[in-house]
Amino acid sequence: MSSTTHAIHYEKKHLPASAGTLGWGVLIAGLAVAGASFAMDPMRAKYSSIMLFMFLAGVGICSLFMVSIEYLAGAVWSTPLRRVFEILASSLLFLPLFALPILPFMQELYLWTHKTDDILARKAAYLNQPFFLIRLALILGIWILFYKLFTGRSYKQDETRDQDLTRKNVKLSAVFIPVFGISITALSIDFLMSLEPHWFSTMFGVNFFAGSLVAALGVITITVILLNENGYLVKGIIGDHYYSLGFGMFAGCVFWTYTAFSQGMLIWYANLPEETPWFLNRWEGSWKVITIALLLVHFIGPLFGLIQRKNKRNPSRMIFMAAWVIFAHVLDLYWIVVPVFQPEGPSLRLTEFGFIAIAIGFLIVLVTQQAKKKNLVAVGDPKLQRGLAFRL
Amino acid sequence: MSKKAKNNAMSENKESQKLFALTGLFDTPDEIMHAASAASKKYRKYDVHTPYPVHGMDDAMGLGESPIGWCTLLIGTSCMLMMLGFIAWVSLVDYPLVWAGKPYFSLPGYIPILFEVTVLTGAVSTVLILFFIVSGFPNNNHPLHDTPYMQRTSDDKFGLCLEAADPNFNEADAKGLLEKMGAKNIQPVYYEKAEADAGLSLTHPAFVSFLAFVIVGVSGAAYFGLNRMVFMVPFNYMSVQGRAVAQEKNNIFKDGRSMQKPVAGTVARGLLPYPFKLDDQIKAQAEAGKYLSNPLPRTEAVFELGKTQFDSKCSACHGYYGEGDSRLNGKFPAPPTLHSKKVSEWTDANIYHVITEGQNVMPSYAKQLTRDERWAVVHYIRALQRSLKPKETDLQ
Repeated sequence: MSSTTHAIHYEKKHLPASAGTLGWGVLIAGLAVAGASFAMDPMRAKYSSIMLFMFLAGVGICSLFMVSIEYLAGAVWSTPLRRVFEILASSLLFLPLFALPILPFMQELYLWTHKTDDILARKAAYLNQPFFLIRLALILGIWILFYKLFTGRSYKQDETRDQDLTRKNVKLSAVFIPVFGISITALSIDFLMSLEPHWFSTMFGVNFFAGSLVAALGVITITVILLNENGYLVKGIIGDHYYSLGFGMFAGCVFWTYTAFSQGMLIWYANLPEETPWFLNRWEGSWKVITIALLLVHFIGPLFGLIQRKNKRNPSRMIFMAAWVIFAHVLDLYWIVVPVFQPEGPSLRLTEFGFIAIAIGFLIVLVTQQAKKKNLVAVGDPKLQRGLAFRL
Repeated sequence: MSKKAKNNAMSENKESQKLFALTGLFDTPDEIMHAASAASKKYRKYDVHTPYPVHGMDDAMGLGESPIGWCTLLIGTSCMLMMLGFIAWVSLVDYPLVWAGKPYFSLPGYIPILFEVTVLTGAVSTVLILFFIVSGFPNNNHPLHDTPYMQRTSDDKFGLCLEAADPNFNEADAKGLLEKMGAKNIQPVYYEKAEADAGLSLTHPAFVSFLAFVIVGVSGAAYFGLNRMVFMVPFNYMSVQGRAVAQEKNNIFKDGRSMQKPVAGTVARGLLPYPFKLDDQIKAQAEAGKYLSNPLPRTEAVFELGKTQFDSKCSACHGYYGEGDSRLNGKFPAPPTLHSKKVSEWTDANIYHVITEGQNVMPSYAKQLTRDERWAVVHYIRALQRSLKPKETDLQ
């Protein structure tokens, strides 16, 4: 409470050049490995592109989701961190690039593009390539539009300190949330669920949203803590702010488990032949190990790692748990995508690590590049002081 | 006791009463935060009272992590495991039941139940721990109750209460601290004699009898309320129907029975009374022979029926070919052969009469064989007779 009386001292400091170099290095190494695998192990590279695209799409759009729910809920704890959400949401601008490697190989990746039967014929009105591309363009276009609108006003506010911009963004958030819900569901159905076009689950979209939110919060947490502990953000961001991020990750993991379990248990109970194969494929052979590992990594680990308040306020433990939940989301994507192409069992090659390196390098480059031009704290936001005074 | 009286009692009996704490009131949350952090450096036993939650107070007071969460986790988890054990015992040992084609023990279906049990037991036990262990529940006295200090802190002031039980407590020092932090209304709070003497504990007879009264009252009310007064049959069993049941009392009829005697002269469906029942068997047989004739045609189906019935009901004594070669090894007198001249000369109706009414030691077979079956057996017997004494036309 006492800090409300203090003035905000934000001085823009430039990130060390080594961070950018590291990012470019990791990104280029990843691209080299991925490029080589397109030549040597093309199938693996192709389905890994789906995972990379969906991971970055989830992180980008859920970062924007965090921005919009801050406006919508009038949250103050996240205001000092919001610029980090906005910087990570700028990965939406590059999503078309990451979608590109998938499109030429749709015939190989998606069964519904080249085969038909009674079921697929009925789904053909939705699952056909022209409509798929229209939907993709529409979804990415809408996301980029919303990103531009939200962050444009936010950056403008740094200069003008105009409170009306916040009000406009609150109204925009009310429009964005339903659009977000529909678009992320559609994207997850298009790219992930239609890998096995005979199968369907109404829980799939919300499950992907929960996993993506957890991953986005993980990336946000690591970025915020690294920036803040090294003094690049404003003074006054403390363990209580980390606590709130950890709280989000904890809630996200439990929500993911809830949706995943609802999906699994209802299909298990009903035992219908058109629904069960998806789970049976993942419950056979060595995929069973991955399924059980997913439960432990995505639920049990975060449950006990994040339940204690002192862990959520401790920067190094939070970085560890953030990395953990990001890994959990990657494992979730792997568990959804790879069994389609490798029903015999999971296997790891350099390819997967190359694609992981692309994601890591891309996010580092994104943050360093954006940090060159922009303030790392929304200094013009009217809620900033209250946000810094936030205590549990 | 009214406030005024209490205040008077406080000031009059200072010497004889035991000091509970020294209290001070502050005007703003900032002041109480500073005061709390100053107090936390010196004392362990002290408390802060505010009209609404003040964020950051945990840190200012230097409070560690509460052990309550661990109690909740421990009890919730152990009750979950107990429930899992119970489910396993029911579904594997006590009442194994296949439902939905699943294995006896199928965990996915139990997870919602286990989750609910964990949440329920965790929540209820946390409340009980807070009541009984943290707040010393049956004892609802607290020296701060009904003091001007508590009235102000539940209205618009922020209070700091330094307890005398703290080993570092010294009335002069505590007063100095409160004054230094800018407290107003610095007041000592004493144990009230009546409260201090009441000493309600878990084993106090008043509390135990109250608890017993509550348990009996609640369970009795629940039992009679739910099972007697508002009990509704969840569904009707098939045996429960709105109709009269045989052997049961029934008020509709004069004699009070639900099952009424048939009207005199009633004939059951399909039953033809057999009229040739005379004391003189031979005369009755002759009468039957005079008035009856075999109604069945000589078709293959009829012969098949006759053979089946003869083989299963007659052949034990008469033999498969009617020669009187009983399979009973003399346990029962063997009948004479059916190929005798007497039987050969009988009309169909004569044979039918013997099957229906019995003859000598042979009992009536009217219960075992229907009317048509008896006539079919007669046809079959005729066929047997003919097979031993064929006519010349049969041999061609």
